[in-house]
Amino acid sequence: MNGTHAPADEVGDDFDEERLGFGPPPRAVPRRRGALARVAAALLALAGLAFVLFCCGLELGGGWTALFSTFGLAALAAALWFQAGYAGTPAGIRHDDTFFRGLQRRALSAWALGLAFTGFYVVLYFYGDLTAHGFPGVLERPTRLVDPLAELLLGRAADRWFLYGFLYSAAVLVFGLRMAWRYRHERYQLARTASVVLCQLVLAFVLPSLLELYQRPGFYFSYFWPLKREYLFPEDLHALWSSGRFGQFAVFWAVSLALVGVPVLTYLVGKRWYCSWVCGCGGLAETLGDPWRQLSSKSRTTWRLERWLVHGVLVFVVAVTAVLWINSARAGAWLGQYSNGFAKAYGFWVGALFSGVIGVGFYPLLGGRVWCRFGCPQAAILGLVQRVFSRFRITTNGGQCMSCGNCSTYCEMGIDVRAYAQRGENIVRAACVGCGVCAAVCPRGVLRLENGLPGERFDGADDPWKTLFDSLREPAGPGYRAWPPAAGPAAGPESCTGEKVVTAVGIEPTT
Amino acid sequence: MHVAIVGNGVTGVSAALRLRARRPDWRITLLSGESTHHWSRPALMYVFMGHMRYADTKPFPDSFWGEQRLELLRGWVTRIDLGSRRLELAGQPPLHWDKLLLATGARSNRFGWPGEELAGVQGLYGLADLRALHETCARARAAVIVGGGLIGVELAEMLRSRALAVTVLVREASYWRNALPAEESELVERAIRAHGVELRPATELARVLDDGAGRCAGVETTRGERIACELVGLTAGVRPNVALVAGTPVRVGRGVLVDRMLRTSVPDVFAAGDCAELERPDGTTLVQQLWYTGKLQGEHVADVMAGDERAYEPGLAYNSAKFFDLEFQTYGDVPATAGPGNSLYWQDEGGRHALRIAHVGGRVTGFNALGLRWRHAVAERWIAEGRPLAHVLAHLSEAHFDPELHRRHERALADAFARQLAGEGARPGAHTGAA
Repeated sequence: MNGTHAPADEVGDDFDEERLGFGPPPRAVPRRRGALARVAAALLALAGLAFVLFCCGLELGGGWTALFSTFGLAALAAALWFQAGYAGTPAGIRHDDTFFRGLQRRALSAWALGLAFTGFYVVLYFYGDLTAHGFPGVLERPTRLVDPLAELLLGRAADRWFLYGFLYSAAVLVFGLRMAWRYRHERYQLARTASVVLCQLVLAFVLPSLLELYQRPGFYFSYFWPLKREYLFPEDLHALWSSGRFGQFAVFWAVSLALVGVPVLTYLVGKRWYCSWVCGCGGLAETLGDPWRQLSSKSRTTWRLERWLVHGVLVFVVAVTAVLWINSARAGAWLGQYSNGFAKAYGFWVGALFSGVIGVGFYPLLGGRVWCRFGCPQAAILGLVQRVFSRFRITTNGGQCMSCGNCSTYCEMGIDVRAYAQRGENIVRAACVGCGVCAAVCPRGVLRLENGLPGERFDGADDPWKTLFDSLREPAGPGYRAWPPAAGPAAGPESCTGEKVVTAVGIEPTT
Repeated sequence: MHVAIVGNGVTGVSAALRLRARRPDWRITLLSGESTHHWSRPALMYVFMGHMRYADTKPFPDSFWGEQRLELLRGWVTRIDLGSRRLELAGQPPLHWDKLLLATGARSNRFGWPGEELAGVQGLYGLADLRALHETCARARAAVIVGGGLIGVELAEMLRSRALAVTVLVREASYWRNALPAEESELVERAIRAHGVELRPATELARVLDDGAGRCAGVETTRGERIACELVGLTAGVRPNVALVAGTPVRVGRGVLVDRMLRTSVPDVFAAGDCAELERPDGTTLVQQLWYTGKLQGEHVADVMAGDERAYEPGLAYNSAKFFDLEFQTYGDVPATAGPGNSLYWQDEGGRHALRIAHVGGRVTGFNALGLRWRHAVAERWIAEGRPLAHVLAHLSEAHFDPELHRRHERALADAFARQLAGEGARPGAHTGAA
C-alpha cells in the first residue's frame, strides 16, 4: 500500500515505525560459522591468553617468540577470520547485518569497546602522571613485547610511543586486509587501501624509526603543518635545519608541502589525495574505522558543530604558529614564556585529547572520522581549498537516484549525500575525503568521483571568492530539485500566472 | 487554497515539494496511514537486511516538513466526499480540500491463486509487508517467489541474507525475458544463481498448499512440481490502488483514469504515480509504476494544479536495477527481441559486464548496460539526437561512468562492435533480423 487506503482489516493497524523500527528478522535457519572461523577464534583466544600471561610476568620464550605468540598470533587470527568471512562468497557490496550487530550499532558492547579504546589513550598520554601517583605501569609489559622490533628498527629498547606506533600500524595493516576483502571488486578501494597501509607502514613507522637508528631527526614525510604543527614552528625548524643536510631537506619538504603541495594537489584531485590515500589518521579511519562508518551523524546540527569546531581548531593552530614566529623574531621579547604555554595548551587539548582520546576512542560510537571531521586543522585547510578552488566533485548520474540512502548512511564524514543526489546535483563539500564508498554502495550507479573543470562543479563555482564568502554563512537544510531540470517550470509559471517562482529550498551548502 | 495529497510516497511528496515551490501561500497536507514520514520504498530491502535502519530510508530530515510548511497527517482515508469536498478519516475529524491529489500507489498483484490468502503468502511493497516478512521468517526455512522481475530478485536477496532456500518461479523462458534480450537475461540468471537461488523458468504458480492450520506449507507449480516452503512472495507486478474512488464519479480503469494533464474525470481531483492510468490521444492508456516516473508525474501534476496546464510527456525511458551484484542500467528503447539485426552486443569473457546498443536503421535508440555504469545525460543526448552508430562507437568513453581506476572496456567494445558491423555488411538483409 502506498499508505493511504487499506482494506478494513488493515485500518487501525497503527504500527509505530519511528519508535519500534524493525530490527533483525528472526532466523529459522541458524547461522553456522565454518571451521576456519572457529580456528581463527581459537587462535585469537590463544593470543589473548598469551598476552595476559606475558603481562603477568611469564617470558613466553622472550624476544621474537613472545612477540609472535601474542601480537603476531592475534594478527594471524584476524587475517584468518576475515578470510573465513569473505573467501568463497561472491565479490560485491555486502552490508548485511551491519545494524544488527551490537558492536556496530552502539549497543553495550560498543560502549565497552569505546571505553577500552579511550582508556588505552588516557593511559598512553598520561601514563607518566599515573605512575607518579602510584598507579602500576600497565604499558610496561606490552612495551617489552615489541623490544625485538625496536632493537631492529631503532637500535634501542622500545618505549610506549614505539608500542603505540606498532599497534597503530598493525591495526591499519590487519584491517586493511579486511577492506581489501570487502571491496575486492572495487579497484579504487583496493588502490586506496594499499596506499594508506603503505604510507602508514613505511612513512609513518619504519622510516622515522630507521632515521633515528641512523642518527637523523625522526621525520614523518607523510605529515605536514598544521596536522604536524611543529613542522612550521620556529624552534623545530631551526633544530631540523641545523641538524645537517637531511634536516635541511626535511625543512624544504615540510615547508613546500604545507604551503605549495597541499593547495596544488588539492586543486588537482581534491582533498582525498591526502585524507584517504596518505594520512595516518585517515588510514586508521579507513581500515580499523570502517566497521563504524555508518555511525557518523548526518544531522544539520552536527554539521553546524563540525564547521565551528574544525575551523576553530584551524584558527587556534594558526594563532599558535603566528605567536611563536613573532616571539621568535623578537627574540622572546613579545609574550615570552606565554607563547610556549599557548603551544602546550594546543598540544594537550587538540593533540592529545581531541585527536587521540576522543578521535580514536570514540570509533565504536561516532564512527572513524571524529577527529578528521571535527578537529583536524589539516582537513580544514584541505576542505576550504576543495570547496573553493578544486577540480574535484562527486557527480550525480542524471535521474537514476531513488533516494535509498545507502550513500548517506555509509558516509563516514556525515555528509547527507542523498540530499544532493536526489536533486541531480554534484556533491562539492569541504568535508568529503573522497573515500569513494558512497559510489561503491550505491545500488544504481549514481555517484562518481571525478576531476574536471572547476567552474562546472556547481552553480556559482566560477566565482570562488563569493563561494568562500557564502561558505561562512549557516548551512541550510537539504532541498529538492526536479530531474530533469528541463522538464521543470522554466517555461511555465511566469507566462501562465505572472507569479515569480520561489524555490522551496534554502541556500545549499557551504563548507 | 488547501491541497490534500493522499499518499506520502515519492509521487505525493514530489508533488508537494513542487507545489510549495510554485505556491508559497497554499496550504498543503500530505496524508498517509502507513508512515508518519516519507521514506524511500526502494530501500525496503536494505532495512530487512540490516544495511540501514528505518530512519535512514527517510530522504528528508523530520524537521524539513515544518520548514517547508507541509502538513503531515497520519491516518487512513476511509471515504472521499466529492460533493462537500471532504476526506473522511478513520478515527479522526474529516479534512476539507479545495484540490485533491490521489497518489495512493499500488499493491502486489494477486491473480486469484488457490491458497493465496494463507498466512505466509505476501507481496513486497510497503512497511506492512516488511512486518509480515519478519513474522514469517521466524519459522521459514524455504521460500518460493512468484515472478521473475525486479522486485522478485530483491526479495530473493533479502531472504538469502537470512539463509532461506529460495526458488523463483519465472513465467518467461528465462529471467525477466519479457524486458531483457536473451543474452542479458542469461547474465542476470547467472548472477542470481551465483547466490544460491533456484530458478524455475517457464513455470507459474498453480496453487499454494495449506499446512492444515491456515499457513502456507508449499506450492504446486503449473508443471506439477511441489515445493515445500513456509513463505511465498508474490512479486508478479503491482496493481493500482483504486478502492478509495470506487463507487464515486471518478472514472476508474486499471487505475484512476487521468487525462494528459493528470486530471481525473472530476474537477479539482488529480491522480499521479503508481495509481494513475493515463489516457492518451491515440486511445491507448499508460500505467507507469517506477520510482522516477512517480517523481516526474508528481512534479508534473503539481505544475498543472498550480495552473500550468501542460500535457504530461513520458519522455525518454530509463531505469536501473541491481541483480545481487550485477548492476543494470537502461536508457531509451531496447526491445526484448533485440538481436544481431537491430543491435550490437558485447559481453566480457567472465560474463560480468555487457553492453547492448539498440538501433533502428543504424541510428541508436537505446542502451542496456550490465556491470557497467553509463552516463545518463550522454546516453539520453545520443538517443534524442538519433546519433548514428559510428558516432556512438567513436565516443564511447564519454558515456563511461564506472569508478576511477576500474578496468575500461572501450577498446574491447569498439573491436567487438566493429567486427559485428563488418559481419553484418557481408550478410545481405541482416538488418531485418529479430526486430
